[in-house]
Amino acid sequence: MIQLDFGAVLVQWPALLRGAALTLGLSAVAAVLGVGVGVACAWARAHGPRWLSALVSGYVEAVRNTPFIVQLFFIFFGLPSLGVKLTPEVASVIAMVVNLGAYAAEIVRAGIETTPRGQVEAARSLALTEMQVFVRVVLPPSLARVWPALTSQIVIVMLGSAVCGQISAQELSYTANLIQSRNFRAFEAYIVATLIYLALSIAVRSLLNWLGPKLIFGRMPNANR
Amino acid sequence: MQRRSSLFAMVAAAIALVPLAGAAQTALDDVMARKQINIAIPTDFPPYGFVGTDLKPQGLDVDMANYIGTKLGVKVELVPVTSANRIPYLQTKKADLVISTLGKNPERAAVIDFTAAYSPFFQAVFAAKGVAIKSVADLAGKTVAVTRGAIEDLELTKIAPSSADIKRFEDNNTTVSAFVSGQVQAIATGASVAGNMMARNPQLGTEYKFVLKDSPNFIGVGKGEDKLRLKVNEIIAAGKAAGDIDKMAQKWLGRPAGELPN
Repeated sequence: MIQLDFGAVLVQWPALLRGAALTLGLSAVAAVLGVGVGVACAWARAHGPRWLSALVSGYVEAVRNTPFIVQLFFIFFGLPSLGVKLTPEVASVIAMVVNLGAYAAEIVRAGIETTPRGQVEAARSLALTEMQVFVRVVLPPSLARVWPALTSQIVIVMLGSAVCGQISAQELSYTANLIQSRNFRAFEAYIVATLIYLALSIAVRSLLNWLGPKLIFGRMPNANR
Repeated sequence: MQRRSSLFAMVAAAIALVPLAGAAQTALDDVMARKQINIAIPTDFPPYGFVGTDLKPQGLDVDMANYIGTKLGVKVELVPVTSANRIPYLQTKKADLVISTLGKNPERAAVIDFTAAYSPFFQAVFAAKGVAIKSVADLAGKTVAVTRGAIEDLELTKIAPSSADIKRFEDNNTTVSAFVSGQVQAIATGASVAGNMMARNPQLGTEYKFVLKDSPNFIGVGKGEDKLRLKVNEIIAAGKAAGDIDKMAQKWLGRPAGELPN
């Protein structure tokens, strides 16, 4: 039977806390920017000019069909050869935004495409501009419909940030790896990291479930949810 | 009871005699008689031993093997070995000497003998020529890549100034990538990894800055082969005095061998 010694890991709580904070920070920035990119791309694919739509399709397919860690390595190790040097944290955020943006684009597009045609026609007949129709009539109920999927994707990206430690971003997994490389308490370190990730996921999910209706589509009367 | 213990003693003596019979000190005479010495070298450990583009083994250990052969006046037969099988090759007499980045430790000393050290092996800090680093204090405010959990990570963490930004990566390849792509200013790694990296990226102008930890290499000889061991020690001592050992280290590792233990 393995002798577990959680004390050896938990004594490093300041480091674990910093790691969890960076994981949350990276995810928060990535979530806001990533959903923004997603909405813009969804609009481009559904309503944009043909060339833009094709460009966005290329981006979405490229990102959705390659592993996240390869995208991360491309940004951190590849871009310096073009003269772009980024800190590990900035490279991580960019990789996460690029990744989330592509998935969010497809999720939001699904919401947009299920908008009843009559709703758009009604809006147009009220002499709203195309932009007003998209931002005020199409987007809010679309987001409401796909919000659970979007929330899941944000949590997936947050958990995916575990590999950012590979480029020395000092997030939670990096901290757990560092602790276990010093005291060889691998099992305990990863159990603790797992529990922290679980807590973060549940917290982020609850927050988004509460925040979505409150800020983004909650004030929509009769939003068909 | 008395009878049983004497029988036991006889059996024990017989078992003890078997390896003794095999360990007669004949290795040097055998080498001189067949005018050929079999030397185990690595082929997977640049810059100590690796296969060049001409498919021939080369490196510091290979040079050292040829050097000893020349001094003995016999032909050298190189025997490629790996880290795991180099000691068995010596024990089963498939090789007369092992020149394969062999570090000395008590477990190994129990089964084979060691000559004097012939080359340094070290963990050190490397950076481009233009970066002013002379000692560990100069790392203040600089970024250094290191492989997490490796000896160099532990050594560096112990002595680096607190303002040094130590970036820890998963394995040697990512650590080297971080340095080669310019994401960090310096790299702390083993001589072997650094030698390989410098050979492949000459445009970076990387140079040795300062040592973190020394663990020199020794030549392994069969247990009890004192005649061969002393002869090789003579050659190493003469090579040190003549500067040949330093020249080899300079050629392959980018720094002189320095003080090596006997």
